[in-house]
Amino acid sequence: MVRFFSALGVPLLAFVQYLGELVLLAADTFRCIFTHKLRWKLFLNQVVEVGLLSQLVVIITGAFTGAVFSAQTFFQFNKLGMGSAVGAVVSVSLCRELAPVLTALMVAGRVGAAMSAEIGTMKVTEQIDALRALAVYPVDYLVVPRVLAMMVSMPLLVAECIAVGIAAGYLVAIFMLDINGTYYMANMVRWTRSRDIIMGLSKAFCFGILIVFISCQKGLTTREGAVGERLARSPDLQFFSHHDVQHYLSGGVSVMLHS
Amino acid sequence: MIEASPSPEMSAEPPLASDNSSPMIAVRSLQKKIGQQEILRGVDLKISNGETLAIIGRSGGGKSVLLKHMVGLMEPDSGEIWIQGQNIIGMSERQLGTIRKKVGILFQGGALFDSMTVEDNIAFPLREAGERDRKALRSKVSEMLEVMEMEGQEDKMPESLSGGMKKRVGLARAIIRRPSCVLYDEPTAGLDPVVADSINRLIRRLQQRFGMTSVVVTHDMKSAFDVADRIAYLHEGRIYFNGTANQLQQSSDPLIQDFLLGRSDGRGD
Repeated sequence: MVRFFSALGVPLLAFVQYLGELVLLAADTFRCIFTHKLRWKLFLNQVVEVGLLSQLVVIITGAFTGAVFSAQTFFQFNKLGMGSAVGAVVSVSLCRELAPVLTALMVAGRVGAAMSAEIGTMKVTEQIDALRALAVYPVDYLVVPRVLAMMVSMPLLVAECIAVGIAAGYLVAIFMLDINGTYYMANMVRWTRSRDIIMGLSKAFCFGILIVFISCQKGLTTREGAVGERLARSPDLQFFSHHDVQHYLSGGVSVMLHS
Repeated sequence: MIEASPSPEMSAEPPLASDNSSPMIAVRSLQKKIGQQEILRGVDLKISNGETLAIIGRSGGGKSVLLKHMVGLMEPDSGEIWIQGQNIIGMSERQLGTIRKKVGILFQGGALFDSMTVEDNIAFPLREAGERDRKALRSKVSEMLEVMEMEGQEDKMPESLSGGMKKRVGLARAIIRRPSCVLYDEPTAGLDPVVADSINRLIRRLQQRFGMTSVVVTHDMKSAFDVADRIAYLHEGRIYFNGTANQLQQSSDPLIQDFLLGRSDGRGD
């Protein structure tokens, strides 16, 4: 019995400790943002790395998602004589759920893993100790530029994903499914509200924060010998975190915007 | 297991302390455990201004751990570390920044920032201090590279440097702001004897040119004898011997003799 509770308690305590470390890192980072000088050159480098260089994967993901979702929705809605409602469904789904989640997954896989690896490598090769020895606070130098870049880039990437997804869905609807373009656009504009867009961009912001803090925390706490395994786990953790946060965020934001 | 007691030849006070002024670095009763293992069990050490102290000891004996405590990269479980009259234990990272500007450290592998060129690595501390004049930065970097006998290597990336070159660049970065004290963590580790000798000569040259206090952690006895004014032997978490190189070589203590002669006693410890 003791062994059972011990087996249950050890990972639970480790998880709680991990959450605490994340929160402390976040608190330290925001304190640094408001109290110390910002390294603009590093911030701009990270905007290029996170935002600019992620565009291709986000555009491709958004386009294929919009196109496929448009087709699949039409196949079912057409049976009920509601084929022209496809535009609204695709648009609202992309804004609220699909674009934020898929963009976050792409960015977590591409950028999050790279951040963990880069910072983890710096940790095991004593570069972070070297920063501290040169009187440079590692959170100031490594984490703050990445957090700011992610806060700026993620909403823009999600907006891009939504736009590309809607456009791809529209092209498929018009040219392959013979949906009347005017009705498609009219329904889309009628049923897509500003709160759907706000919901999507809010989620983008939150997911971006999650990605950057999980990645940086993983990198900063890397130990020698198991670097590959620990860093490889980072995208998985982010995936599950996103899904959990996604549920709570969807519920919470829906309640706020509908009240 | 009977714990080895400090060698009877160990001096209580450093013999080369030339005056009564406070030491550059003073370590008092330092204790540190990592996990369940006691690494430091009460280290007492004083390093005077301008002297070079070599800390020798067996691999895994806590030498590098002791060195990292001196620059505040690790916190002890108990004890004090005084640097130029200030106790650094309990200071925040921000407060330690002022102390760290007075103490440079050369890490074992150089710890160069691998996304930056040699020039950017060496100029890094100056840029962080607010220096923006590119000509001034380039001039100071060139001066450092000349001291390190690495002229013309400014644009190379760390991955294209040899082990010895990485240490030279790391050292240039550590001393470009002319700290009062430089700590060396195994400066000759992984180097062939010829390159190791060039590093030893470089350390001596820096001492003579800039008058910096130096603490060299090493298990390379040739290096210790070449560069040090005084040698401290760290054994089982305490300073077992603290004296000159001559006193060390003439010591009849069996533990010291085993270490000097590179003799394993077969007890497996």
